[in-house]
Amino acid sequence: MMSFQHIVFFAFSAILVFAATMVVTIRNPVKAALYLVLSFFTAAALWILLQAEFLAIILVLVYVGAVMVLFLFVVMMLDVNLARLREGFGEYLAIGLLVAVLLLLEMILILSSGDFGTAHMTAPAALAADESNTRALGILLYTDYLYTFEIAGLVLLVAIVAAIALAMRKRKDTKFQDPSKQVRVNRDDRVRIVKMKSGK
Amino acid sequence: MDFFLQFWQGIPPWLQILATNLMWVIAIIVPLMLGVAYLTFAERKIIGYMQMRIGPNRVGPRGWLQPIADGIKLMLKEIIVPTNANKYLFVLAPVLAIAPSLAAWAVIPFNDGWALAKIDAGLLYILAMTSLGVYGVIIAGWASNSKYALLGAMRAAAQIVSYEIAMGFALVGVLMSAGSLNLHNIVMQQAGGAHYWYVLPLFPLFLVYFISGVAETNRAPFDVAEGESEIVAGFHVEYSGMAFAVFFLAEYANMILIATLTAVMFLGGWLSPLPASWIPDIPVLSLILGDGIHWLLVKISSVLFFFLWFRATFPRYRYDQIMRLGWKVFIPVTLVWILVEGVAMFLTPWGYLFH
Repeated sequence: MMSFQHIVFFAFSAILVFAATMVVTIRNPVKAALYLVLSFFTAAALWILLQAEFLAIILVLVYVGAVMVLFLFVVMMLDVNLARLREGFGEYLAIGLLVAVLLLLEMILILSSGDFGTAHMTAPAALAADESNTRALGILLYTDYLYTFEIAGLVLLVAIVAAIALAMRKRKDTKFQDPSKQVRVNRDDRVRIVKMKSGK
Repeated sequence: MDFFLQFWQGIPPWLQILATNLMWVIAIIVPLMLGVAYLTFAERKIIGYMQMRIGPNRVGPRGWLQPIADGIKLMLKEIIVPTNANKYLFVLAPVLAIAPSLAAWAVIPFNDGWALAKIDAGLLYILAMTSLGVYGVIIAGWASNSKYALLGAMRAAAQIVSYEIAMGFALVGVLMSAGSLNLHNIVMQQAGGAHYWYVLPLFPLFLVYFISGVAETNRAPFDVAEGESEIVAGFHVEYSGMAFAVFFLAEYANMILIATLTAVMFLGGWLSPLPASWIPDIPVLSLILGDGIHWLLVKISSVLFFFLWFRATFPRYRYDQIMRLGWKVFIPVTLVWILVEGVAMFLTPWGYLFH
């Protein structure tokens, strides 16, 4: 007998696998990016099913709401030549298949070793109704894992600074305005009253 | 009555849950759609009076049936799908625009205990849902196969992603004060009268949040995504009839949503501005002056009035100035105020000011 949770899980899993397959097989890059959005969204739904609502909402907020928007922004601007994309497909096919088969074999080897499965993991205790995922994560991040968290933040800061330093270049011929100067301008700087003798 | 009670107890529990939730959804969506319809009417009237005109006054008494007439007109119009447009995405785009703006209402508390879903991470859910609205705009712009529409979509994407950061930081200040992501708890933390509302200690964040909200909804003066003097009508230039109307509904539903969130997070939601001890114990008066949904509606309406006032007053921002305002003004302002708040709360005795 399948419970309601099973039905939801299999439905979302099927959508996720379908969307992920479409991401790599579909030709049009914009559609591929949109399928990636769909797979992120479905993954978030699966996480909600696991009661990990904080992670699920953050996945939607960060990846779907920000990262993929910028991704689409770039992809839509590209002039993609589909014929050139298809070039060399045959050349790489053999190597690609080899890697795929190897990966599959490794997965089968590891997963059938008997060290995985529900027998080795006890089911986690059911959460209380007012259990706050966000609060639990926050307390862990700012106490037990404080240094890791701070180092991760520092690494991201360095990455931001590096990205700006790499991309920023000052062009001398660019015209730009200084808004604070514009605000501070006085009447006397702009207007000059010239006394003229009136003609007859 | 007894018959209905027996009937209700006779149906399976999952059907009971489904039916109650469906009733909730209808009870939220129907007034919301009516609100959208009459917000368009209010907009035309208010801007009309601000410009020394009368505004719509022909359909029904004093023009009150104008939104209904507009709705019927839009429904009867033909939907034109341009040649070489991507048909599926072209139809999907309006749906993607309106779905998140309606879904976000699920966690809004209207009164003490009146919410469809009392989820704990409500604030994050709101942020996630409002950030999804941009997909409707982007996909509409790309699927229309039109240069103007694509330009509008690009502008909208950059603008919304930029202002989302400032908006998120402004909300960080709120959740630091409230100590909770649950919208109901955020409102209850502001109980005790108007001087407890977060608009006072978090005034800079309030300003940033509200202006970012105007930018997020692509309203004037941030409406470069549809700036008619530059790119015709922007992302929805190829849409007609009901497909266009759905974009229109989404924009106004988003406006009401931003106004509601401003009311809930900075203006005390459904709470009365008077402290409980000031409210006299007279039957009708205590009901009017006490907490209740009518205060939320009053607050939403006043915030919405500002949206319309902005549109009548300010000229449209230039694109680079929008980006400057978002990145170089709002984000530093929010960061500084979060720092001030954090230092005050944990290192000085003035922390109570922020609670």
